[in-house]
Amino acid sequence: MLAMDYRGPKRVRAVQKPMPEIKHPQDAIVRVTRTCICGSDLHLYNGNVPDTRVGTTFGHEFVGVVEEVGPEVTKVKVGDHVIVPFNIACGECHFCKQGMFGNCQESNTMASAVGSIYGYSHTAGGFDGGQAEYARVPYANVGPTIIPPGMDHDDAVLLTDVVPTGYQAAEMAGIQTGDTVVVFGAGPIGIMAARCAWLFGAGRVIIIDQEDYRLEFARNYSYCEAYNFNEMNDPVVFIKKITDFMGADVCIDAVGAEAAGNAMQTITGRKLLLQAGSATALHWAINSVKKGGVVSIVGVYGPTDNLVPIGNVLNKGLTIRGNQTSVKRLLPRLIEHVQNGTLNPKGLITHRLPLEEVADGYRMFSAKLDNCIKTVMIPPSAKM
Amino acid sequence: MENKTIDPKQIKGWGVDADPKNDPTYPMRHRMNVTEDPDSKARPTLQPEDTELLQSIERPNVSAVFGTTSPPVGLSGMIRRFAFKYSENRYRHWLPLIVADRVNVVEGIVEDLAHGKLPNIWAEKGYDMEWKYNRTAFVTKMATIAAVTAGVVVLLTQKDKPSRRKLNYRFPPNR
Repeated sequence: MLAMDYRGPKRVRAVQKPMPEIKHPQDAIVRVTRTCICGSDLHLYNGNVPDTRVGTTFGHEFVGVVEEVGPEVTKVKVGDHVIVPFNIACGECHFCKQGMFGNCQESNTMASAVGSIYGYSHTAGGFDGGQAEYARVPYANVGPTIIPPGMDHDDAVLLTDVVPTGYQAAEMAGIQTGDTVVVFGAGPIGIMAARCAWLFGAGRVIIIDQEDYRLEFARNYSYCEAYNFNEMNDPVVFIKKITDFMGADVCIDAVGAEAAGNAMQTITGRKLLLQAGSATALHWAINSVKKGGVVSIVGVYGPTDNLVPIGNVLNKGLTIRGNQTSVKRLLPRLIEHVQNGTLNPKGLITHRLPLEEVADGYRMFSAKLDNCIKTVMIPPSAKM
Repeated sequence: MENKTIDPKQIKGWGVDADPKNDPTYPMRHRMNVTEDPDSKARPTLQPEDTELLQSIERPNVSAVFGTTSPPVGLSGMIRRFAFKYSENRYRHWLPLIVADRVNVVEGIVEDLAHGKLPNIWAEKGYDMEWKYNRTAFVTKMATIAAVTAGVVVLLTQKDKPSRRKLNYRFPPNR
């Protein structure tokens, strides 16, 4: 089968690989019909996530058709069209029972802090991902969710990560009616977080980024104010000024380890890997939020340390919430939102490529070429 | 000093200000602590172990399912095995893994060559897209890299000449 193949930092290609096999009685094999490149895939692509092995197939955003099931699979059958949440979760452990499907205890042998994620390094379980024609899907009774009749696979594939993560960013922020919400990062997740902030009753939503085309997109898609931090002397002072020097009620870090905007963070976090990525957005979020406010983190960082003003977290009485998204917990509500037209996930898609052009897709998304917001790849065997 | 097991309910004031609504945690379906979970130790069916797995020492066991892609091999595999002797709390775990990743890249190129395949770096890096959409900046970047590389090479190849002159000055030939 054709699959993406990681060869080293900023080097990927499409190659023929062996078909995945049933390894566990609750496994399924899914024929992939749509697969995306996620912003967090860029951390892998840039070589910033420890234990990212050459030969791995990335891809944690994919949907497809069930082709084969193990003997203990009862919830899906061959031929079902399924959304595959990016987390691999058993559904039975102490954490899954609480709805923390992103923190499963029974899917990742190689690390204890993070659950397992398709195609996201051995630190996140060592599973091959869905940027391929076929993928092994463990715990098929738990994760895969039937795509409702009539739902476009372009919408469905964004329910594997982008929509739930943007929604959870707003949910974790504990937004109260009328709150001012600042979202750092106008990538797909940040744009969706800004859109979802309204669902929780925000009174004002502001998005901060450095790419004008993304800010323009966010203005239209998320109905929010959008500002370019390169046009400010200091983004924190800017936010203080536009909030009567109180600070935002809520700040959302939707950037993570690849953040720009602070040379010291960029050099130590992204170039020298002395930090677990550049924590510029988180730094700004902590300093921009009001006293007693909430910082919600969905931007992904590596497993070591980051330089952030933790003293200000104490002095300002902040609440910080973060987690890998519990996609399965959120899917029922989000499917409703898509079906009734409240959310329009596929409106984020700007580029469609065949899987054979995976290297071009990564470069385009990484370098933000051709006004790229979201890239969807279509494997050659994705006959609907 | 020995720690004693006590019943917290015997402590004066235990739980009098407990407020379940004061919950700053991540949103959960049903929040509970381990003692409220009757089968917190229950496990799914286990995947047969048919490949080398590196296990975090912060875990009690191999997870019920696990990925089987790219098991540790070669020099990078040796470094990874060393890293997994230490917990995720230690730089001795993460820094060797980053080193192993870089070694693994070289191993990947050697593997390609051993199979008679010359890696197409231009295509793997997606430079066609830079050429198509970002040509001026791309050419400038490449020219800068080439100029800096050439400068370094020139600097290194001329390194001996000044030192020889210096040597001659300090130790002039016999006259």
